[in-house]
Amino acid sequence: MPGRNAVKKTVVEVSSLVKDFKKLRAVDGVSFSVSEGEIVGLLGPNGAGKTTIIHMLLGLTTPTSGRVRIFGLDFARRRSRILQEVNFSSTYTDMPYSLTVQESLRVFARLYGVRGREEKIRGLLETFDLTEIRRKQVRHLSTGQRTRLNLSKALVNDPRVLFLDEPTASLDPDIADRTRKLLKRIKEERGLSILYTSHNMREMEEVSDRVLFLHKGRLLAEGTPAEVMRSFRSRSLEDAFLKVARGKEAGGKGAARP
Amino acid sequence: MKLHRIAAVFLRYFYIYRRSGTRLLETVYWPLLDLVLWGFVTVYLSRHAEGLPQFVAFLLGALILWDILFRAQQGISVSFLEDVWARNFLNIFVSPLTTGEYLMALMLSSLLKILIAGAVLTLMAWLLFSFNIFLIGVSLLPFLLLLVVLGWAIGLVTTAIILRFGQQAEVLAWGIALLFQPVSAVFYPVSVLPPFLQAVARFMPAAHVFEGMRAVISTGAFPKRALLAALALDVVYLAGALLFFFWMFRVVKRKGLLARVGE
Repeated sequence: MPGRNAVKKTVVEVSSLVKDFKKLRAVDGVSFSVSEGEIVGLLGPNGAGKTTIIHMLLGLTTPTSGRVRIFGLDFARRRSRILQEVNFSSTYTDMPYSLTVQESLRVFARLYGVRGREEKIRGLLETFDLTEIRRKQVRHLSTGQRTRLNLSKALVNDPRVLFLDEPTASLDPDIADRTRKLLKRIKEERGLSILYTSHNMREMEEVSDRVLFLHKGRLLAEGTPAEVMRSFRSRSLEDAFLKVARGKEAGGKGAARP
Repeated sequence: MKLHRIAAVFLRYFYIYRRSGTRLLETVYWPLLDLVLWGFVTVYLSRHAEGLPQFVAFLLGALILWDILFRAQQGISVSFLEDVWARNFLNIFVSPLTTGEYLMALMLSSLLKILIAGAVLTLMAWLLFSFNIFLIGVSLLPFLLLLVVLGWAIGLVTTAIILRFGQQAEVLAWGIALLFQPVSAVFYPVSVLPPFLQAVARFMPAAHVFEGMRAVISTGAFPKRALLAALALDVVYLAGALLFFFWMFRVVKRKGLLARVGE
């Protein structure tokens, strides 16, 4: 059994990432890494560059410059191989409306070449409390049920890295809390690494091992939630967030690097 | 290329069509309406213009073949739009699926649509107007395949434009093939076109296909020259469409538009 201080493998490595949209620099030389079994929160006001970074890590947007390596492989060259062990869930995406819950999972299980598909799907339906509604079409699901389906899709291939874009944004507090606990449990059980954006600061404090604080495309601070709060002389991440969003705190890159 | 990934995307379209009566109806409704309309026009004209040879075969054959081209194009562009409408596009493109595999799945789904529409049209043409397209013979088959490939090429270009300009360009998915119809000599020979349009028609694979079809019907002989011309043009069109699609796909990723199309 590895010791407490055993060095964990880096699974995501981002170096000097830049993205320009015409004259706007959306991401400005951001570098960070995510280790195995770590939950890293991407935090920042609207337009900070969080979603653009996730899209670049998933190959949906091409970086202007910089490098993305996942599992030690260059993303630009080994996209398919990397995405086999990565998955994604976002409040802003959906499953095909006319498919049932079970059919949606079947399509994605096949897409990722999952072995023992039906057994895997049964397990996910149970975990996300979707068994009762497995024959219901996606169009008839509530927002909470859709989010749970999205999350179960995101775990269908047993990913080593998961990218979540505001996964609990449309959930009521009870389901959001259950989702957070579930993610933490999966992280503990499988050593899953998660990179995660949210506007819910309490959620960030509760879930994240480490937080990357972005503003106008730049990395302002990086560290555990407590370290980031200290670097902004704030009592909570929300307080720090408000300072940055209202321009009271310039911060500084690497203000709180562990 | 991984077959299981192509099968997964195809399975997703199959589920949609199996469940959605509207989609299935739409696949056969418009072609059937066209068939009935043109069928009666043909019957009327053939009674009053006895000098015109093989009138029913010319028009109904052309109608069925044109519909095959149209379905092939729609099979690509509308199937792509299904993913956009369902906000499922990003889920597909963050999977290991490659662009080539995705296109292959779209082509397969378009073949499914063609088979459904083609079977219904052939059956109804036979039942309503005693027109049996199979009597024309196997000579028509290579021409039919060339039309499918041309439909795919047009579908790829349409899809690339929708990717680049978003859902405001959606209307192209329904209208773009019609743009090629006047110079494709679908219902009339190329010779009736004015000289400058005849020159344009020479570069249209579909014009050679429909001229070929008319030659098969009227003489029974296999028009090798028309087939070769259509084949050569088809290769150029498909290669051009693929190059355009992959180029546009790179542009769209660079501009960050792929994510926007999918959300």
